[in-house]
Amino acid sequence: MAAAKAFPAAANRYLQAMRPEQLLHTRPEGLFCPLGDFFIDPVRPVERALITHGHSDHARAGHESVLATRETLAIMKLRYGDDFAGTSQAIECGQQVAIGGAKVSFHPAGHVLGSAQIAVEAGGIRIVASGDYKRQKDATSADFEVVPCDVFITEATFGLPVFKHPDAAGEIRRLLASAAAFQERTHLVGAYALGKAQRVIRLLRDAGYDRPVFIHGALEKLCAYYQSEGIELGRLEPATLDNAEGGDFAGEIVVGPPSAFADRWARRFADPVSAFASGWMRIRQRAKQRGVELPLIISDHGDWEELTRTIRDTGAGEVWVTHGREEALVRWCEINGIAARPLNLVGYEDEGD
Amino acid sequence: MQRFAELLDRLVLTASRNAKLKLMTDYLRSTPDPDRGYALAAITGDLSFTGVKPGVLRALGAERIDPVLFAYSYDYVGDLAETLSLVWPGGEENSGGGPPLAQVVDTLAAASRSDAPAILAALLDELDIPARFAVIKLVTGGLRIGVSARLAKQALAGLGDIDVSEIEEIWHGIEAPYEALFAWLEGKGDKPEESAAALFRPVMLAHPLAENDREKLDPADYAAEWKWDGIRVQVTAEAGVRRIYSRTGDDVSGAFPDLVEAVTFDGTIDGELLVGTPPHETGSFSDLQQRLNRKTVSAKMQARYPAFVRCYDLLRAGEEDLRAMPFAQRRERLADFVTGLDASRFDLSPLVTFETFEELESLRQSPPHPVIEGIMLKRWDSTYAAGRPKGPWFKWKRDPFLVDAVLMYAQRGHGKRSSFYSDYTFGVWTGPENAPELVPVGKAYFGFTDDELKQIDKYVRDNTVERFGPVRSVRAEPGHGLVLEVAFEGLNRSTRHKSGVAMRFPRISRLRWDKPAGEADRLETLLALLD
Repeated sequence: MAAAKAFPAAANRYLQAMRPEQLLHTRPEGLFCPLGDFFIDPVRPVERALITHGHSDHARAGHESVLATRETLAIMKLRYGDDFAGTSQAIECGQQVAIGGAKVSFHPAGHVLGSAQIAVEAGGIRIVASGDYKRQKDATSADFEVVPCDVFITEATFGLPVFKHPDAAGEIRRLLASAAAFQERTHLVGAYALGKAQRVIRLLRDAGYDRPVFIHGALEKLCAYYQSEGIELGRLEPATLDNAEGGDFAGEIVVGPPSAFADRWARRFADPVSAFASGWMRIRQRAKQRGVELPLIISDHGDWEELTRTIRDTGAGEVWVTHGREEALVRWCEINGIAARPLNLVGYEDEGD
Repeated sequence: MQRFAELLDRLVLTASRNAKLKLMTDYLRSTPDPDRGYALAAITGDLSFTGVKPGVLRALGAERIDPVLFAYSYDYVGDLAETLSLVWPGGEENSGGGPPLAQVVDTLAAASRSDAPAILAALLDELDIPARFAVIKLVTGGLRIGVSARLAKQALAGLGDIDVSEIEEIWHGIEAPYEALFAWLEGKGDKPEESAAALFRPVMLAHPLAENDREKLDPADYAAEWKWDGIRVQVTAEAGVRRIYSRTGDDVSGAFPDLVEAVTFDGTIDGELLVGTPPHETGSFSDLQQRLNRKTVSAKMQARYPAFVRCYDLLRAGEEDLRAMPFAQRRERLADFVTGLDASRFDLSPLVTFETFEELESLRQSPPHPVIEGIMLKRWDSTYAAGRPKGPWFKWKRDPFLVDAVLMYAQRGHGKRSSFYSDYTFGVWTGPENAPELVPVGKAYFGFTDDELKQIDKYVRDNTVERFGPVRSVRAEPGHGLVLEVAFEGLNRSTRHKSGVAMRFPRISRLRWDKPAGEADRLETLLALLD
C-alpha cells in the first residue's frame, strides 16, 4: 500500500500497460503507429506504409516505403507500374519484424490473393488490424488465420444480421442452371477485377465447367498473375468481337467488371442475362436497382456470422469497428459484453464487393 | 419449396416477357403434381390464407433477435418479409431440403387466426432463406413478382401448345392443384369438363384498322359502333351464380356490388363497364378509376359513381349458346334482351350508321361524346370467335393526343437494353413565361426505333447533369434540351404527380431534334384537355 502511493497515478498506469490508443490510432492519413512511425493502409502518400491487400482503396501508389506480402506487392506493381513506391519490402505470413519500438507480423486474411491481417505488438499488448477478411473456403486465397489479440480491428462491410452468405458453390450451380436454361443468351457475370473475378472463374472450374470463359480486358493481367501463382483458371479468352463464334457470345459465360455492363461494351452480347457476384446481392432491392437479373451471393468479405464468430475467436477484450455498418456490430459487442467502438477511418469504400 | 422460391426470385428480377414465360413453363414442366399446381395458383392469385399482419411478423422477429439489431436490419432492407426471412436464425442447413410446397400450403390452409403465428414460425424453422421469404409473402398476401394471372396462364398454355383462351374458359371451374388440367395439357387425359356455373367465355378482340385495310373492305359488310372508353367486361349469370369478369377472365365482381345486384337474367353479356347514368350521362375514365382496384366500395362511392354496362354483344341466353350466330342476328337478340333489364345498369351500345368510310372517318374525328375513343367495325356475318382473328372485327381509334415535351431524366433499361438509357421521363413548361420550369408529366420507354434509341442514348450520355444510380438527369433548359413528341391516349387527374396529371399509354412518337426546348408545350395545354 505504501509503495503504491509513492508513484503518481499516471506513471503507475504507464508502467503497468500501454493503452491501445498509444499503440495505434487514427490520423487523417489512416491508422498510425507512433512507436514504429508507420501507417496501415494509408489513404494518402506517407513515409512508411504497411499494406494489408491489393484493392485500390487500401493499396495506393506513392508511398516512400511499403511493407506487404509478396503477392500484394506484385499486384500493386501490376496496377500502378514499377515505381508504385520508393522502396518495397516483402514479408512472409507468420514472420515477425521489429519496426521502431513495435513488433509487426502478417497473417492470412482469406480476402484475396496475398491479403493479410497485420498484428502490431508493444508494451505487452497486441492489436490485430484485419484489413478485409472472410472465413468461407476459397481456392484462390489462403485461409484466414485466427490471431489471438487484445484489440481486434474489424471491418464491417456486411455488418448487419441480414447478411448471410450462402455456400458459393451453390451460387455457381444456379449460374450454370441458368446458362443451361437460356442457351440463346449470354450470361454476363459482374465481378471485381481483383479477387472476385478469379474466384468466380475458379468456382466454375471446380463445378466442372470446361468451356472457355470470356473475360473483359480489365481482368486480363490479374487473371494471368493468379495463374502464374499456380491457381488454375482453365482456358480464358478475351471477350472481343473477333472472338465471338456466332458473333454474339450466345450461350457463353462472360466475366467483366460491373462498371462495364452499363457501358457500350455490353452491347456486343446476345440478349444478356446480367448476373453480379457480390454479397450485396443478398438484398433483392439492391439487385433490382442495378438491373441484375441473376444475383449471385458471392463475397470476399465475411457475413454477419463470420464477423461475430471471428470477434469471439480472437478473444479480444476490445473491438474497433471500421468501414461499413459499424453501429450494428458495436451493438452486438455490447450485448455480448465486449468493449467496442467505431473507428472512423475515412477513404475506404464500404460498398466494394 | 426451394424450386418455387427460386422461381419467384428469378421472376421478380426478370424484365423480359419471354424470359418470364420460359422460367414458368420450365418450372411447370419439371415440377411434379401437386406442387406445380399450388405454385400456379399462388402466382395467379388463386391461393389465399388466413392473413398474417405485419405486426405479427415484427413480433416473431422480436422474439428471435435483439430489437435494435432488428430495427437496423429492417431500416436497411426496407421490406419486412425479406428482413424477417434473413434474420431468422439458422437456415443454411435446410438448403435444398424442407417440406414440399404442397405440404406448406396444406399447413398454412389449416391455420386459424390464433394459431397462425406459431404455425408460421414452426414452418420458417424448417426452411432456408429464399423459401422463408416465399412463405412469408404467401401468408401476407400479394407476391408482387410482376407476373399477371394472364401471363401465368400463357406459360401454362405453353406446356401443351394450346391457346390460352381454352384455359381461361375452364379456369373458374377448376381448383388448385389442377391435376386434371396438367394431365390434359400433357396429353395424358381429357380436357376438364366445364363443371361450374357462370364460367368465363374467352373474349373476341379486334385488330387495329390499318391504312391499307380500308381499301379492301366493303362498308356494306360492316356494322359500326362507338368504342367506349371504359373497361371491357363480361357479365354472366347462371344457376344463381352472378359474375363480372375482366376481358382476361379475372373475376372483378367484388368491386361492383351495385352492378351485380342488378343482374336478374340468365345469360352472358359482353360490354363496356362505365360509370354514370345511362343513356345520357357517361362518366370519364378518370371517374371510372375511382371504382377500380378496390377491395371494398363504400355506399357513398357507389352513389357518386354508379357502375353500368353498355352492352355490345350477347353470347348466351339461358341454355342457348349464341356464339356461332352471325353478328347481325346476335345484335337483334341483344337488343331484345337488354329491353328486359334494369335500364340504369344496362343499355344498348348504339350503332353508327354510315355509307362510306370517309363519312365514318369524319365521325371518328369528332365523336358525339368525350368518352368515345374510336369506332368498332364488325362484320355483319361474323361469329363470336375467341381471341383476335384478323378480318371480322376492327378497332379504329381516335388519333392519339400529341404533346411536345422535354427530356428530363433517363434510366437504364433491362435485358437487351441494359447498356442503353431507354426509359425517359419528360416534362412540360410551367411557371412564368420569363422564368419557366419543367414539371414531369410522364414516362415512356417505347415508340422509337433502335437507331433512335442509340441517338437518344448518346444524347443522354453527352448531356448528363447528375447521376442517381441507374438514372441520369439530362440538361433541360429553354435554350438547350431534347424535345420529344409524345403520343398518349388520354389524360387523368392525379394527386400523386406534381403536375396534377397522368398520361394514359404514353409513347415517343417523334424526336424533335429541330425544335428548341423553350418551344415545347406548357402545362396549361395539357390541363385544358382534362375537361
